[in-house]
Amino acid sequence: MSRDNVLVSAEWAEQNLTTPGVVFVEVDEDTSAYEGGHIPGAVRVDWKTELQDQVRRDFVDRAGFEKLLSAKGIANSDRVVLYGGNNNWFAAYAYWYFKLYGHQDVQLLDGGRKKWELDGRPLTKDVDEREATAYTAQEQDLSIRAFRDEVVDAINTKNLVDVRSPDEFSGKLLAPAHLPQEQAQRPGHIPSAINVPWSKAANEDGTFRSNEELTQIYGDAGLDGSKSTIAYCRIGERSSHTWFVLRELLGHGDVKNYDGSWTEYGSLVGVPVELGTGKD
Amino acid sequence: MTGCGAPAQTATLPANVDAGREVVLTGTVLSGGEPVGGAYVRLLDSSGEFTAEVVSSEGGDFRFFAAPGTWTVRALHRSGNGETVVSPEGPGLHSLQISVA
Repeated sequence: MSRDNVLVSAEWAEQNLTTPGVVFVEVDEDTSAYEGGHIPGAVRVDWKTELQDQVRRDFVDRAGFEKLLSAKGIANSDRVVLYGGNNNWFAAYAYWYFKLYGHQDVQLLDGGRKKWELDGRPLTKDVDEREATAYTAQEQDLSIRAFRDEVVDAINTKNLVDVRSPDEFSGKLLAPAHLPQEQAQRPGHIPSAINVPWSKAANEDGTFRSNEELTQIYGDAGLDGSKSTIAYCRIGERSSHTWFVLRELLGHGDVKNYDGSWTEYGSLVGVPVELGTGKD
Repeated sequence: MTGCGAPAQTATLPANVDAGREVVLTGTVLSGGEPVGGAYVRLLDSSGEFTAEVVSSEGGDFRFFAAPGTWTVRALHRSGNGETVVSPEGPGLHSLQISVA
């Protein structure tokens, strides 16, 4: 797996804003960012209202994804370049999601919106209309998506990588420090999980660290490269960032993202939960 | 389900936050003495480890919920970067200014 296949630089992106067959897609939870200014020509995908089923806790189904991408004017043959705020969390989530439904040519803009803004590159409020397509999705590729039962089975067997902050991992907090604490589930982490916060994989401008640095970080944390890996966080977006690092940048073979993550696991009845640093 | 994105940054606290109990780090990002929005403000713990990040509002405002200890608050903006260190000893509002250049 080459970095160039899965990442594009801001410089490349700016030079290819009008290249036929390249579609820039901004993915955010808070879509007001897009309205305030986005990469020229980029279409918007709303993480909450467009990628999630609005009744059940699950993704939109295959037909729903086909309908969404068709309406956005994205074709099967298009090269989709994803970017967003929050250090590309939601863009990485969308990357994983596009892969889940079998889109072939998808890449992340390294550094996302942050790097683009810090570089002072152009933003626009203009929204280009794209002609609708007839997009065809595949059945979900479940080799990259983990569900709760296999997560329980993975305890002490596979690598479990908890990418939340140390305070969320130890059970002091239920949500990141910039958010009000919410939801009545148990704090803690899945036994045998290692804690490698997603932020370890990123430079301060939001770009990914080098493969050499990344290999060292996960190796030092005790990730066994010969085993399968499941990454999780609170709702599955920060862990998409780490899933991208392990599978797409470092080329690990069997890496799944557990999108149920702590909001599911921490509410399950009867499963083991561990508190503290996990190193005692 | 609420996501993990940062809420809007405002100078006033949300109604559900009790500054008598929480360690609130709040402040303004300045460039050339004027507040700047759109700065990426990062909260780093005493070992320099990343803890949280928000984007300053149009009025340059930012806010974190922290704990007693020593924190570095670092701002990145296209006009430059800057940082300040704060050591809250207990709950309350701790006001900061960060100049980027």
